[in-house]
Amino acid sequence: MQVGNDGIRAEPDTRAPEEWICKPCSVGPYTGAKREPVFRLVGVEKTLDGRKVLDGVTLAIPRGQITAIIGLSGAGKSLLLKHMIGLMKPDRGQVLLDGVDINRLTREGLYETRKRFGMLFQGGALFDSLTVFENVAFPLREKTDMPEGEIRGKVRAILRKVGLEKAEEKFPDELSGGMVRRAALARAVVMDPEIILFDEPTTGLDPIIRNSILNLICRTYHEHHFTMVMISHDLPDIFQWCHHVAVVHGGKVVEVGTPEEIRGSVTPFVRQLVDGDIAGPVQMM
Amino acid sequence: MVLSVAEALGSRAIRAARFLGKMGVFLGASLARAAVPPYRVHNILKQVHFIGVKSVFVIVLTAAFTGMVLALQGFYTLRKFGSEGLLGSAVALSLIRELGPVLSALMVTGRAGSALTAEIGIMRIGEQIDSLETMGIDPIRFLVAPRLLAFLLSVPLLTAIFDVVGMFGGYLVGVKLLGVNAGVYLGQMESSVVLGDVTNGIWKSLAFALLIAWVCTFKGYFARHGAEGVSQATTSAVVVSSVLVLVCDYFITSVLL
Repeated sequence: MQVGNDGIRAEPDTRAPEEWICKPCSVGPYTGAKREPVFRLVGVEKTLDGRKVLDGVTLAIPRGQITAIIGLSGAGKSLLLKHMIGLMKPDRGQVLLDGVDINRLTREGLYETRKRFGMLFQGGALFDSLTVFENVAFPLREKTDMPEGEIRGKVRAILRKVGLEKAEEKFPDELSGGMVRRAALARAVVMDPEIILFDEPTTGLDPIIRNSILNLICRTYHEHHFTMVMISHDLPDIFQWCHHVAVVHGGKVVEVGTPEEIRGSVTPFVRQLVDGDIAGPVQMM
Repeated sequence: MVLSVAEALGSRAIRAARFLGKMGVFLGASLARAAVPPYRVHNILKQVHFIGVKSVFVIVLTAAFTGMVLALQGFYTLRKFGSEGLLGSAVALSLIRELGPVLSALMVTGRAGSALTAEIGIMRIGEQIDSLETMGIDPIRFLVAPRLLAFLLSVPLLTAIFDVVGMFGGYLVGVKLLGVNAGVYLGQMESSVVLGDVTNGIWKSLAFALLIAWVCTFKGYFARHGAEGVSQATTSAVVVSSVLVLVCDYFITSVLL
């Protein structure tokens, strides 16, 4: 298969569509409400520089499903993600992972817990002094005793999956935005985590690359059924790529539900957000 | 009015105390990670190469000219008292006790300390440090401890190079240019320098190394607000380190003398 500079196929893909077209909603009806959530945020509050950015957030993240967190820029979505993985501690409230408050863990306990996570940052957060291969191999080299030969095999297999097998010797500053996100996704899944957090994985990408990234995320989901939490501004497209949606506004979770429920919400703010209306409860100008 | 002034002062004092506390905790955490195995030998050697090996040229250049100007100034000053013969000891003692450790530290701050702050700062604003955390890798152990150890290894060695090259520079000017007797120059140097002078110099260079590594990594680690923030952190790291080196030099000298 020929791959262009950005790793996008330069010739038609000969695989059957069902092999690569992902439709998360086709995995079956939403069953998250019946399951024990993997995460439970209870009354989480955080004040930064005198501004209350999280104001009593209460939210449950269903296990083995894709949850999208949507809201205006600056609503506290990224902070919410950072609280989930223990990068930030709340001023009040609890972040329960399988019933355990991660803020009560020791440093070693927290680092051990983080083995269950993969995270894709907004800008990729690849180490700019390492090549794509070294970036993806990094967690394996640092956190496992895997022999180098196995590491090479595993990294190459993952890079092939994300279409970056020809870019493994490149440094992050030689990659396009889409390639950076794919390399970051490869690094996020290389340790076979149970939970993957995505901080705006498609922001700033053109529609084709955006859909290829979402497709890749979705394919990864189909293969492993990780719990995924994704912050996104891609409205209404994101509704096709998730099972569960939480709407954040003013430091609170104002609505949760299935994509259909959120799409049909009558809450004025949610309606304005989904429709992208200038008129509504939020006045930008 | 009085109340608001008192409030402002109190608030500043609290902020300063918090900042110093944060710096203290950071230093403690860095030293603890540096002291406890596993040691990242490859990382440490890489940093020694960057901080030490790559600073040799600038250290040699600075040392040679410092020794030369010391000899020049010393010669004309000592000649007023008819004591040109003491030039060797004047140059050697000035370099070993004072100028070697201080100037080496200042040069390393400018060359390696600033780069260190910028590198860690960029990692901070690019979320690379957060990324390490999410992988369960302690960033202080991974980023700060190897650099701290590399500074502690490199700066005393660079100081030793500075001293030797400086004395040679003094020899060139004093003996070859100004005509001081070579035997007198070297003999005075040998008889006046005692082991205590050398160990004092080593203690100073170790203290300066710790200081530079501490300030520069701290500034980079807590850099904020994008590229401008990193630039401010880098400038601040160089200024604060340089000033602290000079301030500490006074206090260390007063204790060691």
